[in-house]
Amino acid sequence: MTALSDIPGKGSFPRGVHPPEGKLFAENSAVEIPPQPAKVAIPLLQHTGAPAESLVKIRQEVTLGEPIGKAGGFISAGVHATITGKVGKQGVCTLPNGRHVSMIPITAEGDQLEGQALWDDCFGGYWPTEGLEQYSHEQISQAVGDAGIVGLGGAAFPSHVKFARNEAKPIDTILINGCECEPYLTADYRLMLEAPQPIITGALLAARAAGAKNVIIAIEDNKPQAVETMAQAAGSSGVKIAELHTKYPMGGEKQTILATLGRIVPTGGLPLDVGVVVVNVGTAAAIARAVLRGKPLTHRIVTVSGAGIANPKNLLVPIGAGYAELIDYCGGLRDNAVRVVAGGPMMGFTLGNLDTPVTKGSSGLTVLTASDIKQAEETNCVRCGRCVDVCPLNLVPTKLALASKHEDWDLARRHHLTACMECGCCAYACPASLPLVQLMRVAKAKMPRD
Amino acid sequence: MENKKQTEAPDSPPAPAGPVIHVAPSPHSYSTSLTTRRMMLDVLMATAPLVIWAVIQFGVGALIQLLVCVVGCVAAEIAFTAMRGRCPMKAVKDLSAIVTGVILAMSLPGTAPWYVGLIAAGSAVGIGKVVFGGLGQNIFNPAMVGRAFVVICFAGALAAGAYEVPADPDADTIDVVSRATPMTVLKTGAEAPAVPEASETTDSAGADEDDSGVSITSLFLGNVNGSIGEVSAIACLIGGLYLCLRRTAAWEIPLGVIAASAIVTVLVGLCGGGAGLSLLDFLGYHMFGGAMLFGAFYIATDPVSSPITPRGRLIFGVGLGLFIMLFRMMSAFPEGVMFAVLMMNAIVPLINRCTIPTPVGGPAGGRK
Repeated sequence: MTALSDIPGKGSFPRGVHPPEGKLFAENSAVEIPPQPAKVAIPLLQHTGAPAESLVKIRQEVTLGEPIGKAGGFISAGVHATITGKVGKQGVCTLPNGRHVSMIPITAEGDQLEGQALWDDCFGGYWPTEGLEQYSHEQISQAVGDAGIVGLGGAAFPSHVKFARNEAKPIDTILINGCECEPYLTADYRLMLEAPQPIITGALLAARAAGAKNVIIAIEDNKPQAVETMAQAAGSSGVKIAELHTKYPMGGEKQTILATLGRIVPTGGLPLDVGVVVVNVGTAAAIARAVLRGKPLTHRIVTVSGAGIANPKNLLVPIGAGYAELIDYCGGLRDNAVRVVAGGPMMGFTLGNLDTPVTKGSSGLTVLTASDIKQAEETNCVRCGRCVDVCPLNLVPTKLALASKHEDWDLARRHHLTACMECGCCAYACPASLPLVQLMRVAKAKMPRD
Repeated sequence: MENKKQTEAPDSPPAPAGPVIHVAPSPHSYSTSLTTRRMMLDVLMATAPLVIWAVIQFGVGALIQLLVCVVGCVAAEIAFTAMRGRCPMKAVKDLSAIVTGVILAMSLPGTAPWYVGLIAAGSAVGIGKVVFGGLGQNIFNPAMVGRAFVVICFAGALAAGAYEVPADPDADTIDVVSRATPMTVLKTGAEAPAVPEASETTDSAGADEDDSGVSITSLFLGNVNGSIGEVSAIACLIGGLYLCLRRTAAWEIPLGVIAASAIVTVLVGLCGGGAGLSLLDFLGYHMFGGAMLFGAFYIATDPVSSPITPRGRLIFGVGLGLFIMLFRMMSAFPEGVMFAVLMMNAIVPLINRCTIPTPVGGPAGGRK
């Protein structure tokens, strides 16, 4: 009955780290639906690529799902109204990564889709795994683009671009990423437990769009229940489930591809260079909804977790809702909270302002206490080599940090600075508390381009 | 990069109660298992077997030597760091001066006068470490710098003959400390001075356990003369394995050292250079005698002065093994570890440059 199968890869990748998983806080909380917010602020740039262009005017009335911004180019995505209401004056908001972008505020007016009805609209109902041949590649890509779907795993890359056919680089495998390697986050996990069917359908549609023959769903082995539900939902559809070793950053697409398929994505390249397209489970569910029901991406599941929040939960929220409302719904911050992180503790951005809106790439909020973080003073690097031992990309982080401190760009280039993906393994392991990732970010920003 | 500063969120008014949130760059999760201080403590714990055996074999003198070297190193660290205008107590807190002191003391003979230990300690930490910029900045192993300095300045106090305490002519048994060190025996053959019955030690193949023989078992256990920390092979192995298992020492280095030295020893032995011993005894002398294991596990594995990648470390270990054997066989000194370590330390930046690992997916370039 289970579709667990032998995979070409070894199920793991070399190096990496094992941070404490922190999944216990929220993994057993079924997704809840807070009351729809009174106001949302929808950023026009919440994806990789060009910002969307506004289609609406101030005081215009919009309904849930109506397009309010169109894609600003090929590598771009549109945005849609995520509540029914009235458009306000276009303003500016600060994204968790610090960028200031234009946003369209909508004030709620009239009846909203809420509660169980909203869940059913997003994930409920019947999701076929047969008869998807009726949808052509062009239809699927068009529907995905029209729905404003971007990668929900965090990078927020416009999905229709991934399905663009390239004669020179055919795709043979769709890899659905259910790893969720960041500690504390459980949004993808709950989706796999509570709504596995749209993920399977979406995966099959993605395969049709890309022209891929194989569909594999990669799940870390710390989620046995999810493996079970996904295998059951996959049934005899041909979708395989790969159980991977739990390690950070297994969910990074290059590592997932290496572990599942044994293929190495070239530095600076993309998965399509090795014939693979990687899609997050949430994105797959959104693809199914867009193609089969013509509904755009308006809501997503986020995890609010950590020792610093009163009641950790998984929530289904509209894009553009402010984080402050989610925190309130979860009982508020505890007195010992010191850091509010958008995302997980390894790569997430700290929030300086809790009114920041939830975007398409937001996977959750992690509230950390003083005992979770280390505020140690940086000491001298003793060249112990731990950073080299854990870097998943086989770099030498201490040399890159040295190059950054001394602005020695030759040294930085020799040690392949631009290959760094800022996963945080090196800083995690450093005994001297060196801010390795931050030094590398600074170096990347300062290094003159060739 | 300065310490991460705590800053309040820019927009938040001063809250009367409730949490104060700050911002900081990722990652926000840290491995709690290791700090630099913990690594130094590991090394100190690993030297415990050496110190215990040193006291058993060499008596209270060993403890005094240890004390002199440690105090000297800490004092030098404080003095030189203050001269550089930095905070001396911060430098001492990471325990690296104490580690240098212990290693240095273990590498000196028990007979060395107190001022030799003190000067060695001063030059080890002062010239070998602080002058370069403190912990993590030195090219050479500080303990070896200190030892090299006193070997040359106080040649008499650290010569092969200086290891031998004059034997009591009325005693029934020959005290271990009055015998030549195993390396001296190899170097000088049967003419080791001031050692009665020395001729029996070198021409008895597979020597039995008799009073005057330096059997392999004695070498392994440590019942021989030498620097106070190097004599017991088994103590070095116990401590060394502890360090490797804790990942405080990189296992590639001792592996490279021992493998390379063993191969050279076997080759030399096969070509007839075995000083009259059987091949196995010759191998045992070189592996368990002298500072081979002490150097491989405690001296060469100093992370600051060794390469940073596994491949680089293996090359370092192999090179070190080759140099040790070269100095032992060809130089005027009976022991080759100290100068071999210093030579390899000098080559480490080149090794690092030549063993830059290729990133997964190939070298970065072109796309920015």
